[in-house]
Amino acid sequence: MTRRAFSWRYTPGFAPLTVAILVFLYTPLLVLVVYAFNSSRMVTIWQGFSTQWFVAIGENGDIRGAAENSLIIAVAATIASTLIALLGALALERGTLAFGRGLVHGLVAMPLVVPEIVVAITTLVFFSALGMHQGLINLIIAHTVFCIPFALLPIQARLKDMGGMLEEAGRDLYASEWNVFRRITLPLLAPAIGAGAIMAFVISLDDFLISMMVSSAGSTTLPVYVYGMMRLGVTPEVNAISTVLLAISLVFVASALLLGRRRA
Amino acid sequence: MSRQSTLLLISPAVLVIGVFMLIPMFIALAYSFMTANPYGGVQPPATFDAYVQFLYQRDFDDSLIFSPDYILIIVRSLYLAVATTAICLVLGLPVAWYIVCQSEQRRRLLLFFITLPFWINTLIRTYCWILILRDEGLANKLLRTLGIIADPLPLLYNDGSILLGLVYTFLPFMVLPIYSTLERIDPRLIEAAYDLYAGRVAVFRRVIWPLAKPGALAGATLVFAPALGSFLAPDLLGGGKKLLIGSLIQMQFTSSRNWPFGAALSIAITAVILLVMMLRAWTAPQREARA
Repeated sequence: MTRRAFSWRYTPGFAPLTVAILVFLYTPLLVLVVYAFNSSRMVTIWQGFSTQWFVAIGENGDIRGAAENSLIIAVAATIASTLIALLGALALERGTLAFGRGLVHGLVAMPLVVPEIVVAITTLVFFSALGMHQGLINLIIAHTVFCIPFALLPIQARLKDMGGMLEEAGRDLYASEWNVFRRITLPLLAPAIGAGAIMAFVISLDDFLISMMVSSAGSTTLPVYVYGMMRLGVTPEVNAISTVLLAISLVFVASALLLGRRRA
Repeated sequence: MSRQSTLLLISPAVLVIGVFMLIPMFIALAYSFMTANPYGGVQPPATFDAYVQFLYQRDFDDSLIFSPDYILIIVRSLYLAVATTAICLVLGLPVAWYIVCQSEQRRRLLLFFITLPFWINTLIRTYCWILILRDEGLANKLLRTLGIIADPLPLLYNDGSILLGLVYTFLPFMVLPIYSTLERIDPRLIEAAYDLYAGRVAVFRRVIWPLAKPGALAGATLVFAPALGSFLAPDLLGGGKKLLIGSLIQMQFTSSRNWPFGAALSIAITAVILLVMMLRAWTAPQREARA
């Protein structure tokens, strides 16, 4: 019998525990996907592979309407929040903030710290106090706010990572501030901006609680509609639409994580 | 970059979050001191009714009688949030340590798989557990096929299923901050401890844990705060029968139409979370000074 040489990097039991945690994290998702392709109306009894439920949800007008709303909100909120985050990240990393750096950091991190239900009801109260019932516009504003920190994080990290040396060199060669930004900072930052935008898009597309409280009759988003379906019970249609949402998140996030890692 | 252009660049972020998030908090605070409008919204006069409601119920003859209902909901929510945090810590710490001990390439891969669920819709992640836990669900089916049980076990709609859902949702929030502090540990410290005849337990207790503590505290805050205000796990996996704060707040703005009470509850959980974060900020410098 060979005896393993002592290494502090090896702790008995930790490897199986980590595997168990990964199984715990991914099995439920796998179960959902498998059930979504089950041809039986009885969700739990396997009757054979079928994509009929995906066809069914594709033909459902309500679902298509909700998906359209979700897409409009997500695209608008992504553009707005990424722009705001880009400017904010430049100020935080390259600017000279005279005072209140901590305050700004705290404010920008607020949407991450405050529980979603509190954000949801305060936003609802705010719009109702203003008497603002603009449907999609209200939702776009609400989504933009909580997408900002998610778009900001990768951009700020990249700015910190790449340092200011190349920008300094540009300035030494008499480039104007605008040219430094356009010819040096922006191209180097592009992958991080892309990653931030994708993160914001996914966060907006996935949001449920805030959308539920802020949306009105005509502005239901896809997760809000799906939640309504779930409350009525487990059906193959719910499994199919959930699988679609799952796939969208996975594809976008995997690409954002890869993009964020790339060294321009 | 000049001061003016810095201010110009930062102002959109500050304005948008300030106007649409900070100001609404103050409006909610103001609303919590108003009288409920039975059709939704609030009306004058200003009262403390919403806060009195935490402890008392108004009887038909307008007398106040003590009622522990809401306090019990708050205590249960706190208990579930604390339990979630504790379970995530116990599971997250070894996982984070295991990842730190791997090769660069495996670290990246493991981190990717731990992070990924964070980005997947919580609604859908929570729903998956209904498929597994309900009476005709996968777990009961397996147990019956194996002949362990004859009748389905009531796995869904209890505190256990809520807790499971919460741990499932927030576990990545615990692993990642602990990992990022453990990653910075100088391996020579650990080797030195072993060279000085410390056992595994002693090394963990005297070297690894003190260094991991800031990450564990950050993770605990990141798990505790959203768990306290969670809506989906209690609603979908708890069946909405036994309320938690999150669903109680949501109800005040939908079926119950008591906006001031809902606002007061939101202010209360925000206050609890601020308190936790302030405690953390307050104890952190002392710890560093001692180290």
